[in-house]
Amino acid sequence: MGLTATQKIVASHSGREHVAVGETVTVKVDLAMSNDMTSPLAVKQFRSAGARKVFDATKICIVAGRHMPFRDEAFGKSVDGVREWCSEHGIANFYADMEGMDHALVPDLGFIRPGMLICNADSHACTYGALGAWGLAMGSTDMAYIYAFGETWVRVPETIRVRYVGRPAKYVTSKDYVLATERALTVDGARYKTLEFCGPALDDLSVDERFTIANMGIEMGAKSSFMAPDRKVADYLASRTDVPYEAVWSDEDAEFERTLDIDIGELGPVLAKPHSPDNVVPVDEVKGVRVTQVCIGTCTNGRLIDLQQALEIMRGRKVAKGVRLIVTPATAIIMRQAEELGLIDEFRAIGAQINPPGCGPCTGWHQGVLGDDDICVATHNRNFPGRMGSPKAQIYLSSPYVAAAAAIAGVITSPEAIAP
Amino acid sequence: MIMKGRAHIVGDHVDTDQIIPSRYLGTLDPAKLAEGCFFNLLPGFATRVRRGDILLAGENMGCGSSREHAPIAIKSTGISCVVARGFSRIFYRSAINIGLPVVICPEAIDFTAAGAEISVDFDRGVVESAGRAAEFAPFSPSILEILSAGGLVPFMSRRLAQEEI
Ligand code: SF4
Repeated sequence: MGLTATQKIVASHSGREHVAVGETVTVKVDLAMSNDMTSPLAVKQFRSAGARKVFDATKICIVAGRHMPFRDEAFGKSVDGVREWCSEHGIANFYADMEGMDHALVPDLGFIRPGMLICNADSHACTYGALGAWGLAMGSTDMAYIYAFGETWVRVPETIRVRYVGRPAKYVTSKDYVLATERALTVDGARYKTLEFCGPALDDLSVDERFTIANMGIEMGAKSSFMAPDRKVADYLASRTDVPYEAVWSDEDAEFERTLDIDIGELGPVLAKPHSPDNVVPVDEVKGVRVTQVCIGTCTNGRLIDLQQALEIMRGRKVAKGVRLIVTPATAIIMRQAEELGLIDEFRAIGAQINPPGCGPCTGWHQGVLGDDDICVATHNRNFPGRMGSPKAQIYLSSPYVAAAAAIAGVITSPEAIAP
Repeated sequence: MIMKGRAHIVGDHVDTDQIIPSRYLGTLDPAKLAEGCFFNLLPGFATRVRRGDILLAGENMGCGSSREHAPIAIKSTGISCVVARGFSRIFYRSAINIGLPVVICPEAIDFTAAGAEISVDFDRGVVESAGRAAEFAPFSPSILEILSAGGLVPFMSRRLAQEEI
């Protein structure tokens, strides 16, 4: 019996030849991460435990760029505390100069490579699966322990395989693939498990498009996402790092809990209706719903291709009256690329406002919080009640195409219907 | 160890945004976090909890973001233990790490009324209320070790002390 990629990664990080599904083992962590929201508690716990040194400063990366600039002094103070801790321990990979948010920045810096085991105090650590790495989400106290000892315990999970087949119609994106998967698996269909994505329609996607799918594994409860690294991943890394890596793949005869085929050819653009990411319907089913805010950005869809796709629909047009259009590039690197390509100017001409790089209004913390009567179409990954502010606000999740169409029409509409 | 208290009940898929909205994430002050606990879902929750009360939840309790503020907020209200049909994995780990026992017992929520007395017997692995009882599986050895140390921080201190000898 062969092994899944998950089993191989866990085995190689626990000094074992073989691990069985269901076993609990101690694993060594290749990269330990936390952010502006989760680092302060990790640092506090590290100190209260009496830890005096970190396991390996070069294997820690802290990105405090999700919610920059500070919205209040308390937050500024807590990030400053993290800054001090990093300098105390010689952690050079500390990013708090408005570089943007970790899930887009850290892969772009070449720090995520196939076969790695990464722990991040953030639920979307599964994003790194797009590069054939195992990104494991943890709480802050777990991270404090990892910062001290460089290891943690894990239960070896089952793997569910999702295979994308068929050819996508125009305006069907990787966001639609993952929302369709969400509908099929529901919000806890992959709880405690690895979601391994594969299939010809996945192979056809760029690495940036794949991040969108891997990112939403947690929205199905997954412990992690995984995609077999291919030529495109190798090319992505070639321009970003010269650190060698050892890619792993699931064996053909590995034991998957089940395989789910999703025919992309049958799919049109979809949205997740309030208040759950698995409440997914074709756009036509909710067309005509009036919209007050449109958000383009986040770790799910805040990369260059997402901005480009939105502009395919919006270019040269105007945001509908009564709609606030907010664009949040995920990182400063993406912001710069978008500027160089003239995309930022185009957004401005359309009537969009551009946020600083980061997470933007995704968690309702700042930069676009929703009021009671707001109806928002967002390229985000979560639409739980109150996620972006008022629990009465309605949040729809979609691809950049569908969000852009709503911004121009002022109501939910299919990109096809409004495309230039 | 036996925990006893009045039952408070929430439904399925209660995510961490509903447990504690992001506007409370700028603080680690337990009193503030208690105030924000279930802010939209059950306004004034903390004022109704008596120290030692027990929270019952449905499926996938604590799904969503990894914010550890969520289990801390629940613990800060005075809740001694959470019994659910199921937990999201990050919430489950974090609750154990901060010394908030979490028990997977799918039946308990079916026979326990809001406000009723409920007891959780960790040695026998039994939840009881209104004369009905259901069993739950014992904690795994690694979890038990953390819980009996009082959470991951004291567990860590112990390991640090051992490694220095
Ligand atoms: S963009 Fe939203 S979901 Fe992604 S890391 Fe930031 S806050 Fe979390």
